Amino acid sequence: MPKDSGIGASTKRREDIRFLTGTGKYTDDINIFGQTYVHFLRADVAHAVLNGVDTTQAAAMPGVLRVFTGADFEAVGSIPCGWQITDKHGQPMQEPRHPVLAHGKIRHVGEPVAAVVAETREQARDAAEAIVLDYDELPAVMDMKKAIAEGAPKVHEELTGNLCYDWGFVEENKAATDAAFEAAAHVTTLELVNNRLVANPMEPRVAVGEYDRADDMHTLHTTSQNPHVIRLLMGAFVLGIPEHKLRVVAPDVGGGFGTKIFHYQEEAFCTFAAKALNRPVKWTSTRSEAFMSDAHGRDHVSKIQLALDADNNFTALRTETYANMGAYLSTFAPSVPTWLHGTLMAGNYKTPLVYVNVKAVFTNTVPVDAYRGAGRPEATYQLERVVDMAARELGVDPIALRRQNYITEFPYATPVAVEYDTGDYHATMDKLIEIADIAGFAARRADSEKAGKLRGLGINSYIEACGIAPSNLVGQLGARAGLYDAATVRVNATGSISVMVGAHSHGQGHETAFPQVISEMIGIPEDQIHIVHGDTSKIPFGMGTYGSRSLAVCGSAMVRAAEKVINKAKKIAAHLLEASEGDIELKDGSFSVAGTDKSVAWGDVTLAAYVPHNYPLTDIEPGLEETAFYDPANFTYPAGAYACEIELDPETGHVKIERFSAADDFGNIINPMIVSGQVHGGIAQGIGQALLENCAYDADGQLISASYMDYAMPRADDLPFYSVDHSCQTPCTHNPLGVKGCGEAGAIGSPPSVVNAVIDAIQSGGMNVAHIDMPLTPSRVWAAMHGARTNAGAAQPAAGSSDTAHARSIGGAA
Amino acid sequence: MKLSLRVNGRDVTGDVEGRTLLVDFLRNDLRLTGTHVGCDTSQCGACTVHVDGKLVKSCTMFAVEADGAEVATIEGAAAPDGTLSVIQQAFQDHHGLQCGYCTPGMVMTAASLLRENPKPTEHEVRQYLEGNICRCTGYHNIVKAIMAASGQEMPAMAAE
Repeated sequence: MPKDSGIGASTKRREDIRFLTGTGKYTDDINIFGQTYVHFLRADVAHAVLNGVDTTQAAAMPGVLRVFTGADFEAVGSIPCGWQITDKHGQPMQEPRHPVLAHGKIRHVGEPVAAVVAETREQARDAAEAIVLDYDELPAVMDMKKAIAEGAPKVHEELTGNLCYDWGFVEENKAATDAAFEAAAHVTTLELVNNRLVANPMEPRVAVGEYDRADDMHTLHTTSQNPHVIRLLMGAFVLGIPEHKLRVVAPDVGGGFGTKIFHYQEEAFCTFAAKALNRPVKWTSTRSEAFMSDAHGRDHVSKIQLALDADNNFTALRTETYANMGAYLSTFAPSVPTWLHGTLMAGNYKTPLVYVNVKAVFTNTVPVDAYRGAGRPEATYQLERVVDMAARELGVDPIALRRQNYITEFPYATPVAVEYDTGDYHATMDKLIEIADIAGFAARRADSEKAGKLRGLGINSYIEACGIAPSNLVGQLGARAGLYDAATVRVNATGSISVMVGAHSHGQGHETAFPQVISEMIGIPEDQIHIVHGDTSKIPFGMGTYGSRSLAVCGSAMVRAAEKVINKAKKIAAHLLEASEGDIELKDGSFSVAGTDKSVAWGDVTLAAYVPHNYPLTDIEPGLEETAFYDPANFTYPAGAYACEIELDPETGHVKIERFSAADDFGNIINPMIVSGQVHGGIAQGIGQALLENCAYDADGQLISASYMDYAMPRADDLPFYSVDHSCQTPCTHNPLGVKGCGEAGAIGSPPSVVNAVIDAIQSGGMNVAHIDMPLTPSRVWAAMHGARTNAGAAQPAAGSSDTAHARSIGGAA
Repeated sequence: MKLSLRVNGRDVTGDVEGRTLLVDFLRNDLRLTGTHVGCDTSQCGACTVHVDGKLVKSCTMFAVEADGAEVATIEGAAAPDGTLSVIQQAFQDHHGLQCGYCTPGMVMTAASLLRENPKPTEHEVRQYLEGNICRCTGYHNIVKAIMAASGQEMPAMAAE
C-alpha cells in the first residue's frame, strides 16, 4: 500500500499553495526603495571592431543616472570559467577574457555593449536608443570546421586561433580502438548534428544589485540555481568582494534547466553599479534578450562509428565531435562535451574499447553551456542512433542487439574511466516492453496504414551520470570547484526543524521532498520540518542544483547532519531516561529504552537541549544543531529504456507522437509523484529537441530564432500523455539514501527514440532514409522522404545548414 | 493618463503612461505580482488574466484600455478565507506545476475553458492551452488537473 508520509509517499507539494495563489516571490517581484533600472544596449552584429561608444546624448536624457561602457570595467576581472580542460597534448585549453561589457570588440549578437541606468525602466530603454556605436564589422565566424581552418578570422585576437581544445579520451585507447575497427566484421558509421537549443525557463533572468554603505555590504538578488557559486565566482574573480561582504539571494526561481547555473555579466553589472551609484539597480530580461544572452545548449556535430564482430558483439566505438563554445567560455562550458559526454560513451554496453575526440571551437555566437542533461544527451543520442542503425544494417531486432551487448555485472568499469555501481538494464527493458505494449504495435501499425499513414516504433536505452564527484577526482579533471554539498539541521526548542540546504529548488519540490526524509528518520510529521534555501546569509554553503545532484549530494549531507542530531539527541534522552546511550532507540518521534516501556518524546528532548536544567552539561553542549558537508564517492548512474511510437503523415511529413513510454531506474525514490513529474518534463524537452526546437543563426551571425514566434517551444497539443515507470530500482551503493537522481533522464533518454521511430516509419514505407537531423520538422521529413524516392544519392542540405552542420543528413543514400 | 477599474472585486485607480501595458500596471502599480511576464511576443500566456470575463494576455493590452473594466487575476482565484478554487486544488492534487511561473496563467486559462466548456475532452484541453507555455511539466499533469477539475477523472495511466 502506498505510504502517506515519509520516504516513498507522494506527498502533495507545500510550495504549490503560494504558486497557485500568486504569492510566490520571484526575483522580479522584489522592489527595493530607491531602486533604479538598467537597460543593456546589446550588439546587433556578430563580429566587429568596436571603435567607440558615444554616450553623450544618452547621458543627458531624462532620468538617466549614468551610462556605463566597457571602459568602466577595465579594472574588473573577467567573467570566469569554472572548468579547465587539458587537451590531448597535455596543454591547457585556450581561455579568452570575458568582459562585463564589450570593450574593443563585439563577439556575438546580444553581447552587452553599454548599460544605461535610469530612474525608470522606460527612461533607461529610451536613452539606450540614443547611444551611438562606432564599429567596423568583421566576417562572422560561424561554421566550426571553417573556424579552425588555416587563415580563418579569429574570434579572439589574443588566442592562437578558434580552437579552444582538442581532447582525446582515452588517448591511450586510440590505437587499440583503431585496430579493432580494422578487424571488425561490420562497421556502422553515422554523422549527425545535436541541434543548438535554448533552455527557456519560463521566468527570464533578473538581477537586483543592492549596496549598503553603512557596512560596505553588497547584496545581489538573482535568478540562480546556485547562489553560493555566484557569490564565489563574482566576488572572488570579477568584482573582488570578499564573501563576508557579499550576500547572494536566489528566491523563488521560475525554472532553470542549466542556464541559471552560470555567472552572467548582468549580475556583476548590477552589483557593481549599485555601489557606483549608491542606489539599488534592477535588470529584468525580456524574452528577446534571453534568447541572445542566456547560455545556449548542445550544438555538437559528430561522427560516430560502431564496430561489431561476426556475432554482433560491439567491439569498439569511436567518435569525433565538434562542440560549439560560442564566443566566450561560459561557467561550465568546457566540461560539457568532455567529462560529461566522453565518460558516458560506453552507454549501457560492454563495448571494450571506446575513443572519443572532441574539438571545442569558438564562434561568433552566444556562449554554449549545460542544458538539461549537458553532454549526456549528446552521448546518448549518438550511441543510441548508431546502435539502431547497426541493427537495421544487420537486419537484427534493435532490442535484441541492445540486450546482447548490455552490461550485466556490477560494479562495471567502463573503458571511459567511470565505474557503474549498480544497474539492471534488462529489467528496465522488460518493463518498457510491457508498458509500451510493444506486442500490440503491429496491429496499431496496420490500423495507421489503413488510414494512409505510416507508423514507427523507436526504442533506446540510456545511462547517465548524476551528482558529479568526488571533489578530488573532479579537481584532477579540471574543475575549479569542489562538488560536495552542505546542510544544517537546526532543531528548535519545541521540536520543529529548520533545514538549511545548499541545493536550490526551482521546480524540483525540495521544500516537500526533503522533509519527507527527515520525517522518516525522526518520526515527526513532515509539516514540522521547514526547508531554507537560496540565500547565502542563511545557509552554511552549497554548490546548488544541477546535474540531478540535489538529493544524491545535498540530500546525503542533510542525512549526515540529521544523523549527528539524532546521535546527540540520544545522549540527551539517555540522560533523561537514566539509561545507557546504547540502549536508546528513536521511533515515531519518541526515544525509548530498548526492552522497557520507558520513553521520552522528541519534543521533550529538544526542549531539554535548549532549557538544559536537567542536562549532562559536563559532557555535551546545549542546543541541537548540526552541519554536514557531503562529498560523494562516485557519480550515480540512473539508467533506463524509452519507447516512442509515432504516426507520420506521408503527404506532409508531419510527425505525431502517439505513445511515449519511459522505464527508469532511479534507485530509491522519496516522492514518486515528483519523480514522475520530473520525467514528464524531461521527455517534453527531449521531444521538443527531436521535433520542434532549433536555435538557428544565419551565415552573418544573426540569430534568426530569437522569439517564441521563431523558436518552436513544445505546446500542450504537440504532446501526448506519457507512460512512465520507476519500479525497477537498483539503489545507489554509495550514498546513504540509495538515490540516483531523476531530473535529466527524460531529456537524455527521449530524443533517440523519437528519431528511431521516425526512421522506422519511413523505412516501413519502403523509403531508404537512414537518418534525419533534429528537429524532425515536417519539411525536413518530407524532403528526406522525397529525396530518397526521387533523388537517391544526392543529399539535400538542411535549411540554413552550414558546412559543419553538413549537407548530408536529409534524404540521400541510406 | 488616469484610469479606474475593478480588480478582483476592488475598485482601483491609477495614473499611467499611454504605453504602460496592463501587466505592468498590475505588477508595478497594484503590486499584484502573481501575474507574470514570460515573453514579449504574446506567446507564453504567463500574464493571462480575465478582462470583463474574457481571457486576455495582459502584455497585449494597454492599461488604459482596461479603464472601466472588471479584471480578475490569480490573486482573486481562491476564496477569501484562502480555500483554493476547484482548479487550483486540482493543480496541487495532480502535481500540475513545478516552478510555478506559468501557473497563474494556466489557472486563469483553465477557468476560462471550463466556463466555456464544462466537460472538455483531452484534445479540447490541449487545444485550449495552445497559448500557454509550460517548460517544466510536459503538460501531462496540467491536462490531468484540468480534466479532474471538470469532474472527469482520467483513466489511470499505465504504470504511472
